[in-house]
This record gives sequence, structure tokens and C-alpha cells, in this order.
Amino acid sequence: MSTISRDEVARVAALARIDLRTDEVDRLAGELDVIVESIARISEVATADVPATSHPLPLTNVFRDDVPEAPLPVEDVLAGAPQQENGRFAVPQILGEE
Amino acid sequence: MGTSDMTNDITRLSASDLASALRDKTLTSVEATQAHLDRIAAVDGDLNAFLHVATQEALATAADVDARRQAGEELHPLAGVPIAVKDVVVTKGLPTTAGSKILEGWVPPYDATLVERIKAAGLPILGKTNMDEFAMGSSTEHSAFGNTKNPWDLDRIPGGSGGGSAAAVAGFEAPLAIGTDTGGSIRQPGAVTGTVGVKPTYGGVSRYGLIAMASSLDQAGPVTRSVLDAALLHELIGGHDPHDSTSIDEPVPGVVAAARQGATGDLKGLRVGVVKELSGEGYQAGVSARFDESLEQLRTLGAEIVEVSCPSFTYALDAYYLIMPAEASSNLAKFDGMRFGLRVEPAEGPVTAERVMGATRGAGFGDEVKRRVILGTYALSAGYYDAYYGSAQKVRTLIQRDFAAAFAKADVLVSPTAPTTAFKFGEKLDDPLAMYLNDVATIPANLAGVPGMSLPNGLSDDGLPVGFQILAPAKADDRMYRVGAALEAALESGWGGPLLNKAPELKTTELAR
Amino acid sequence: MTAATTTGLVSYEDAVRRYDPVLGIEVHVELGTLTKMFCAAEVAYGGEPNTQVTPVSLGLPGALPVVNGKAVEYAIRIGLALNCTIAESCRFARKNYFYPDVPKNFQTSQYDEPIAYDGWIDVELDDGAVFRVEIERAHMEEDAGKNTHVGGATGRIQGAEYSLVDYNRAGIPLVEIVTRPIEGAGDRAPEVARAYVQTLRDLFRALDVSEARMERGNVRADVNLSLRPTPESPLGTRTETKNVNSFRSVERAVRYEVSRQAGVLDAGLPVIQETRHFHEEDGTTSSGRVKSDAEDYRYFPEPDLVPVAPSREWVEEIRAALPELPTARRRRLQGEWGYADAEMRDVVNAGAIDLIEATVAAGTSAAGARKWWMGELARRAKQDEVALEVLSVTPAQIAQLQGLVESGRINDKIARQVLDGTLAGEGDPEGVVVARGLEVVSDDGALLTAIDEALAAQPDIVEKVRGGNQGPVGAIIGAVMKATKGQADAKRVRELVLDRIGQ
Repeated sequence: MSTISRDEVARVAALARIDLRTDEVDRLAGELDVIVESIARISEVATADVPATSHPLPLTNVFRDDVPEAPLPVEDVLAGAPQQENGRFAVPQILGEE
Repeated sequence: MGTSDMTNDITRLSASDLASALRDKTLTSVEATQAHLDRIAAVDGDLNAFLHVATQEALATAADVDARRQAGEELHPLAGVPIAVKDVVVTKGLPTTAGSKILEGWVPPYDATLVERIKAAGLPILGKTNMDEFAMGSSTEHSAFGNTKNPWDLDRIPGGSGGGSAAAVAGFEAPLAIGTDTGGSIRQPGAVTGTVGVKPTYGGVSRYGLIAMASSLDQAGPVTRSVLDAALLHELIGGHDPHDSTSIDEPVPGVVAAARQGATGDLKGLRVGVVKELSGEGYQAGVSARFDESLEQLRTLGAEIVEVSCPSFTYALDAYYLIMPAEASSNLAKFDGMRFGLRVEPAEGPVTAERVMGATRGAGFGDEVKRRVILGTYALSAGYYDAYYGSAQKVRTLIQRDFAAAFAKADVLVSPTAPTTAFKFGEKLDDPLAMYLNDVATIPANLAGVPGMSLPNGLSDDGLPVGFQILAPAKADDRMYRVGAALEAALESGWGGPLLNKAPELKTTELAR
Repeated sequence: MTAATTTGLVSYEDAVRRYDPVLGIEVHVELGTLTKMFCAAEVAYGGEPNTQVTPVSLGLPGALPVVNGKAVEYAIRIGLALNCTIAESCRFARKNYFYPDVPKNFQTSQYDEPIAYDGWIDVELDDGAVFRVEIERAHMEEDAGKNTHVGGATGRIQGAEYSLVDYNRAGIPLVEIVTRPIEGAGDRAPEVARAYVQTLRDLFRALDVSEARMERGNVRADVNLSLRPTPESPLGTRTETKNVNSFRSVERAVRYEVSRQAGVLDAGLPVIQETRHFHEEDGTTSSGRVKSDAEDYRYFPEPDLVPVAPSREWVEEIRAALPELPTARRRRLQGEWGYADAEMRDVVNAGAIDLIEATVAAGTSAAGARKWWMGELARRAKQDEVALEVLSVTPAQIAQLQGLVESGRINDKIARQVLDGTLAGEGDPEGVVVARGLEVVSDDGALLTAIDEALAAQPDIVEKVRGGNQGPVGAIIGAVMKATKGQADAKRVRELVLDRIGQ
């Protein structure tokens, strides 16, 4: 089983948008490794013939009628905003596009 | 009778007895609520079970209920009985942090469905209880707002993640509390604080308004001092909610009736399965001893004890620590400093949305949250999905099959709730795997979606409470209430009262009212 | 990253002579449901910012999605119209990426289990040729909010100091339709791309699943293009030009990318696989920023939602209720109307099909309806540079106008004056005729008075006619028409004049 390197932790942290200090990267590299090794065990039983279960109960087709309900009042929408302007959320400049 | 004695008397009542007193008008909700607020003021400086106490709101609700009762209005059986709510549940107008700095000061603009039901039934909400940050932990040491202490021993953990709810109930600060259980966060704190905790069938209680950790595992449930109280609260918060797609569209199983029936003590014909994989090695001697004694009690009550084997349970912890972080990494993505909560700018360099997100999450999340989010992100990232999340979902199938086979042989399954009694603060903080092992017996139920209950079944050799876990098939929550109530009645008749009577008196701070 | 490729453009004609273009088009359509995909927030165009959100569409902690059943029905409708297989069971998945207009920092979409897959649609080109486009999949997802960039000189993202976010659009149901590689279009690739998007737009409207207004962004296209030396070569590296939001832009974007990529390949350089942006102003595309984690969306099945498993009965019910689709309708109408292929194509291209259908329904002959809409009205629309349907005259009014002509109450020339009146807001043609006093003078008595006056004024002509030369009779008729201000039926005047003279 490959282990999680510091570079890997840094890459994943960037993907998860979490700034980590150097000491945190070091520690996580060690700790995640232990977990990843423990996880290798399940490959013993998770064979190709076993179907995956994503829901504890097998529900399907849970739909809502297309009927509008009252929205949140705009004051409530913006109440928690770190910054707002003209009824909108103000966020720092966005680089690049998605 | 002095104020302090009066307070003591009221706060020691079970929720069902409180409800009777309110119904009989020998007590008002304002008196009951005030008594609990006083108790909180007196002991919570030590316990730190509450992150926020909603004094005004609770008393206002209590006064309203009293007025309505006085006016002869038909009220919910629990109307006027105060309750504490885990801080992972959103409450309109009351701060909700999920134990995290990243949400400090956030006041939700809406109520969770279960909170709507609590409010509609007229239960005064005393406040919000402490927890491991985003419910990630088994000791409440991962709260950003300080440890909650175990009322049995202030040097020890109250369990987690719902240590606050368990300690509040065990410390007589509240007769009822709401917990949430993703891998054992209701049951394990119940075990180590000598309280009753129930994780209903997945989908039995709406998740709408629960700040999600792992969507396919999370479930809210009651934290109480008796099985009947748990059933009363379960019935109140349970049932279908159209706002939760995974909610079961069926009536709540008859849990209150089952608890009342069970208390009569007859378990004849009931088959109790002992899960071979959830005992023995790794379980503290006192824990195993109490477990065996409880099995004897059940046999005495007429139950048949059978051994069942669930070999895949061995892999449950491994599967859990893939599924939970994967889902959590995605569920926690919304905490980014853009729309609500904390916003932190990077110490240097340009202030862009991307960098502010990174800085906010770096500063706002604690170690355990970062650990799990990173692990989950890794498990889902390109090239790893099948081997990690995909394989774990297969283990889930195997665990469900084990449960199905076991429930073919037994009506309920039992095990110790936790392998040990409450450990000391810091003992396992630096060893995530040792911490995770606390949940080894509780996790299979979350993976399969079946209901589980923990009730106190005695003290270990160290004088600390031990929990007994009962598991039932999905949607058959009533079975575990029946068995739990029967065992509870037998145990309490042996002890001469509830186990919590044996807990040491908490030091109280003089009230400055 | 920002350094522009400096290779030159190759002329389009030259490029398609030496390279074979392969297209791939992703079209997003906003469904016209009343509420959002996963919550009951009302969807209405042009609301004040953040007034159409719930805890769900704002991504607040604790909020959970519930699928809009109507949106699923619409998606199935689209899938069936695209000749797709409808999945027996499919799931939503989370597409994880951080962006301020995505409130949960993941988009709820579908990944490896789309609701519809393996379909096709026939696209008719301008000259009537039919090109079949194969559909890989159509899946359901939700729209993002809208960022407005503030403080930058150009208003573009790079120059902005901060952004303002409105989440009204966040959570609006989308269906994304993805084609398989479109091969064999050759030098007509830009036209095929445009016609495909246009065909889908018409389809969405016919299916009544969306208003499909391009200018509101209801329909948005991402255009993939790659070049290869010959149709037998393996596929080349593609670029994806995002959010091309008009038919014309789709055509121009493809054209530009063909020229640009040919230039890159001619210079011996590799085409870079990237996202590109289209610029309306000059018809060019430019490179988007390449993000290191752009491709790592960490998809996994959405655990807050349960599988969608449309029963076969439901699918068949939806299929049975499908309205007639545009191609079939065109074919049927052409048959009913008896138009020649070229005539029908002109009608379609002029956007007159609905107008003519309504005019015919109001009682006019197909020829009569076509005469107006493709003649006088088309001329006026062109003159005013507006679309036909924008003219302030209804098919019912045109039917009435044509009825007046056919009954002889007015003639063609007067009809144009009546139309002027209606277009000027003077009311229905009937009313205009009365108000303006334009009715044909059909009272023989009134005509005879005018005829007698004209005959008396021109006795020499009367003589000539009596002498057997009918040629000069026109002068008499002209005088009568002048006297009746053109409101006489010239044919009747002629009859009466000849009769009076005794011929």
C-alpha cells in the first residue's frame, strides 16, 4: 500500500481549500498514513461480485410537487453575510473561471 | 422547602414525571424551566455542557405553555418539559456553531424540522449543547469551545460527539436532550455518562436542519435518563418529513407503547442475539462482566439468548473511516467564508476568493476536522474513488447481509455499547485510531441504517458507568424499547433506583439571582 | 498561462481544405419549472437579488435537497424527443469544486448515471440537407448563482477587485445535453453547430419545457472542436469554448477555432486542451486559465438524494403525451399547405411557420397567408429590422384582411392602406376600412353616375370605342377610379362602361 506523502497532503489540502501550516502537513502525512493502511484491509472482502450500497434504506423516486413556497426574507438571507452590498453577497475577487 | 432543594427535586424528575406534574398542575412549566436554568447556572461552570443558554426564550415558551394549559388548551404530552439541543442542529434565532470556530456567531434563519416539532409541542429549549467540532470525535475534546466534563468524574470525557447533551442530562441540567449519531455519537456518550441514548432507524427522524457530517450515516435521536423518556421524545421528533428525501414515509413505530409494555418485565419468547464479534478482546473486564450479568437478567425475564456471528463487522470501522470523511469533506465544503460565518484573509499576498477560502478554512477548522476533510478529499480524488469510497460501500452491503442473517435468528442484537468506561482527558487525543476504536460496536448500525439504543447497565470496577447496546432491524425501533425498558426495570429494582443516583453530587455555584 | 498563442490564423477555406473538423456540443437548457430543482423557491426572471432563495438554494448548513418531480418529467420529455433510452434507475452525484457562485461548493448533477442516453436528432441545414447528430447523454443538474464583478476597469473577472453574488439563479433546473463527436460535417461544421443548437432550441419550445430564450441565457452552448488531417485520422486535441449564447456566435466560434487551430497545427505546435472564452465583439476566442484541479471534481453519489427510477409506465405516458416535434410538424404543414420545398424552407427561415399556421387556422388559404407573411409583411419587417412576430399585427387580423380582399370589399392596393392602419394601432382591418371609408364602391348606381360623368367629359373616346376599338376604354375607367378615390372594383367599372357605351 502506498503511503501518503507530504506532497500528496499538500495537493489534497489545496483541493480541499484548507491552508495548512508546515507542521500540520507533517503531522497529517503521518496520521493519514495509519488510516490509509487500516483501510487496505477492506479490499480483502470488497470483491467485484459485491454490489455497493449507498443508502441504508432502498428508497427511490422521492419527488416534490412543483409548487412554490415562500422564500427566505432577503434580510435573513444576508444576515450572516460577512460582507454585503445592494442585496448581494460581497466576496473577494475571483480569479479564473470555472 | 428552600430554592436549592426545590431545584434539586424538579431537576431529578424524569421527563414523563415532569410531564405528569405539569398536566396535574402541581408544577408550572415556568417553575420547571427556571429550576433547570438555575441548575445550569449552578453546575455548568464546571460541566461546560452548554455553548449557549437561551434563558429568555425558554422562559417565554414556558409561560406561553402555562397560559395555554390554564386556558384549557389540548397540549402535547411533553408540553412545558424543557429540553437541550445539540449545537449541530440549527435553531432559528439561537446561535448554532456545531462546536466550530468557523460558525462562531452564526444565527440560523430557519429551524431544523425536529426543532419545529419541539417548538410546536411547546418544549422550552434551554440552550445548545457542546460537542466535538462538526460531531467529529468521541470525547467532545474536539470542540472549539472547551471540553465538556463527565458528571461522574470531572477529569474524564463525557463521550462524543454529543458529550454536551449526555452531560447535561446526566448532570440534571435538562431532562431531555437531542443528540445526533453518525458512528455512535448518541450511544457512546450515553454509555459513559450513565444515560439512555437512542439512534433511530436511518430516516426515522428528519435530518433537515442537522449540520451534516456524513449524510448517509447521520441520524438524530433522544438523550434521556430513562427508556420511556427516550420513547416519548422519539415519538415527538420522529416521522416523515417531506424536506428530507431519505425520510421514511411511514408512521413512527409504536415506541412509547413498547417501552410501557417492556417495563412490565415480560420478554418471553424474545430471542436476543449476542454478536460474537462485538465482545471479548479489547473490552474492559468490568464492561464485559456487566454485559454478561445483563444477559442473565434478560434470560430471567424470559428471553432466549442466542449467539450470532457478523464477520463483516470486523471491517466496519475501516469502511466507516472511508465513507464518513468522504461525505464530510463534501458536506463541509460550504464553510468557506463567503456567505456566512467566519471570514479570514490570508496573512500575505493577494486577497482573492480562493485564498480567502483557504485561509478561512485553515483558521476556522480544528485538527480533527482538517484530518477528516483531507482524508475524505483524498479518498474521493481522481484515481482513488473505486478503491476507497467504492470498496467501503461494498462493505456496507456485507454488513447489511450480516444483519439480515443475524435478525433471522434473533429479534434484537446486543453488545456492550463501548469497549471501555470514560477515559481521561488527553488520553487518546493524539492517537486517532485509539479514539476511533471507541465506536467499534456502534458503527455497524449506522452503516446498515438499523436502530440502536444504549442504556446504563451498571458500574465498572472503576466506579464509572457502563452501557448496554440493543440493536433492532430497520423500522423495528419499538423492539429495542421493549427490551430496553424491561432490562432497565429489572436493573433499577436491583439498584433501588436509577444508576445516576450513584453519581457524585456536583459542586454548585451560589446563585446570584 | 496568460501569454496568447502567437501563431497566425489560417483562412477558414484553407483550413477546412487541409483539416477535418470534429465537433462536440454541450447544451444547457434551463427548465421552465415554477420552482427550483431541489427546493420550492419560485423561479421568476428578473427578481431583486437574493429574493428567490431558500436555505437549500443558499446552501445553508443543515439544508437538504428534494427533487422537483416536474423537472424529472421535463428531462424525460427531452430525452424521449432526442430518441434516447431513459434510464431504469439513475442517481444524482456531487461535482465538487469551490466557486463563490456555487453555494454548497458542489454542484448536484449526474455523473455516470444520466437519466437519458444513446439518442440522436436530425438537424436540417439551410439548403434542406439533413445531418444526424448523435446524442451521448442528457442529464439533470442545477444552475449556479450569478457573480457581478465590481471595481475592475473592464468588468472582466481578472480586473475585478471584488464580486457581488446573487443566488436567485442558483438551483434552477438544468438539463445538459452532450453529443458524441460530430464527424463528417467538413466545411459545414460551423453551420451544423449552429443548426444543431437552433434545432434544440425549437425542440425545447415545442416540448414546452423551457422558454428557451437565448438572450436570457435559458439555452447555453459549450462548443468542443478539434482538427485532424483526414477523416481517417484519430481525433485531435480539442478545445472547449464555453457559454456561447447565440446561434450566430456558435457559428462564429467554430469558424474561429478552425482557423486558429489550423494555425497552431501549421506551426507544428500542439493544440492545448483547454477551456476558451468567446468574444462577441470580434468573434475570437481566448484561453481560459488552466486550473490544476479543474478535472478533479471528486464525483460521488449524492447521499442526500435517493435514486430516480422512472417506471416504464410513466415513461410511456410521457411519450404518449409528447407534442408533435418541429421536424414532423414542418413535414405535416408543408403537405397540408402544398408549399414547394423552397417555399417551405423560406417560411421556416423567416420564422413565419407559427404565424402562417395561425393565419390559416383563422380561415385564410395557405397561399393567401403566405402571400402576406412572406410578401408585404416580410418587406416591412426587414425595413424595420425586426422579426416578423414583433410586427403589431396578429394572424387573425391578417386573416380578416385577406377575407376583405377575397370578398371584393377592398382590393389589394387598398388592403395595404388598411394594413397601415392596423399597424398604426387603428384596430382590426374591418374597423380601419370603415373608419377610413375605404370600402370598394360596389353600388352600381353610384358608379353609373361617375361613369356617365366620365363619358360625357370624353365623347371622342366614346366614339372610338363604339367604332370597335376598345383600347382607349382604360382612360374612362381611370377617370372613374379617380372619381371614386380608387375604391371601385375596376373589373365591374369596365363591365358597366362597356355596357353603357353599348358594346
